Amino acid sequence: MQEALRFQPAGAEPVGQADIVVKARHLRRVAEGAARGLSLTIRGLRKAFGDNEVLRGIDLHIPAGQFVAIVGRSGCGKSTLLRLVAGLDAPTAGSIAFGEEPRAQDIRVMFQEPRLLPWARVLSNVEVGLGRERASADAQARAERALVEVGLGDKRGQWPSVLSGGQKQRVALARALVSQPRVLAFDEPLGALDALTRISMQQLLERVWRDQGFTAILVTHDVAEAVALADRVLVIEDGRIAEDVTIDLPRPRRRGSAELAALEGEILKHLLEGSEDTFDL
Amino acid sequence: MSLIDSLPRVGAPKLPKVDGLIPWIVPLAIVLIWQLACVTGFVPSRVLPAPTDVALAGWKLLLSGELVRNIWVSFWRASIGFVIGGGIGFAFGLANGLSQLSAKLTDTTLQMVRNIPHLALIPLVILWFGIDESAKLFLVALGVFFPIYLNTLHGIRTVDPQLIEMGRIYGMTDGELFRRVIFPGALPSIFVGLRFALGIMWLTLIVAETIAASSGLGYMAMQAREFMLIDVVVLSILIYALLGKLADSASRALERLTLSWHPAFQKK
Repeated sequence: MQEALRFQPAGAEPVGQADIVVKARHLRRVAEGAARGLSLTIRGLRKAFGDNEVLRGIDLHIPAGQFVAIVGRSGCGKSTLLRLVAGLDAPTAGSIAFGEEPRAQDIRVMFQEPRLLPWARVLSNVEVGLGRERASADAQARAERALVEVGLGDKRGQWPSVLSGGQKQRVALARALVSQPRVLAFDEPLGALDALTRISMQQLLERVWRDQGFTAILVTHDVAEAVALADRVLVIEDGRIAEDVTIDLPRPRRRGSAELAALEGEILKHLLEGSEDTFDL
Repeated sequence: MSLIDSLPRVGAPKLPKVDGLIPWIVPLAIVLIWQLACVTGFVPSRVLPAPTDVALAGWKLLLSGELVRNIWVSFWRASIGFVIGGGIGFAFGLANGLSQLSAKLTDTTLQMVRNIPHLALIPLVILWFGIDESAKLFLVALGVFFPIYLNTLHGIRTVDPQLIEMGRIYGMTDGELFRRVIFPGALPSIFVGLRFALGIMWLTLIVAETIAASSGLGYMAMQAREFMLIDVVVLSILIYALLGKLADSASRALERLTLSWHPAFQKK
């Protein structure tokens, strides 16, 4: 915000509060947006659990700040890919390289379960996300800012057990955001939410991604969600990338528009063709 | 408890003062019926003295200082034995819950020892320690060791692995992971062990004092039996009940204090 004010020319017209915020966001994005995200290059990535080869050679480049969705049938290896990117598992073969050497707090994961500490208040749960910087003087202020960002500023003193499923997931998002990660990996984070909560969460994800400019990798089984949010949708089949679809639609995208529906249909058709027993989709 | 509390309340809200008295209605009624049965001669005083007689005996012992001294001695033994046994049990529970090697090394042995009723060791303990303080402390410590050990171990083993993974992802060191994730996660289970252990603590102490002691509540009861002072015997038994209740209330209070995050302990 200060930045925005500083950039105002002396004779500028007075602007409203909302305007300043929008401009500040825009400037922040321009100023650091491109630098914030990390690009990602994956070469010949394989992962096997015993005899079961889950990933059979993935080659992929994700430019900095891109929003990539990964879809595929259950067991196709999409979550495994995400865990490898996030460094939770080690690959059997191949490599994952980031544009710059990332620090631990540059890569964050959000899971399907919120994984909040039930014995810590909401604010302390968010502070967990600061990692090694937890002890710094502004830790609490940063956690509060992240909570406000996800619209839960008034819940800071609550126990997680009194929050709804959607609110818990928003706290988990705040925890993932508080260290200002440069890559954020989502493992079906909205899978357990009801339809309406899902839609508002999708809008929230899109907003924070646009604000903060991190590279987003979203694993989902919901193709509509993938085409609504992502710049690019990867279809994974039998441990390989079967399709790489660019979604070149302007944002914010209107839910249920003909273009989105057409893209969704196309990807679904591909997924259905790729399987012999289509009924378990 | 929580299930009933969560049911919708029908009718007028209860007065909080009355609410706190409800648990005491039954004990009071029992004392009242007991008094009536004695006064009317339905129960001869040689079988069971009236509550008033028991209270009188208590008053006399209180004046002579004997009662306070005996309660203090028993309380001291119970606490020291509890701290020693509980401390060792907690340490083993932590070690075996956190380290595979430690569990492999000691768990089988401990499980074997656990299956020996510790009161069966009384003859051996008397041979070893005589009727000294250490005999009582040893038995109490042995008795409280196992509930604390088993429940600490169980608590640590059942901490949600997803939370542990989360802690690691967010860069917690081993110490932080223990302090912020594992220990709080194991705490409800540790409290279950604590409450079991408190019960066993009194039981063991009273038995040990009844068999071999020269002071303490159990000794007071045994002496009274020798002299046919049945009111003092009944008094001792009532004091056990009160001390047991006191220990339980203390652990509950501690539970409420430390587990306030738990849905079962949240005020509705």
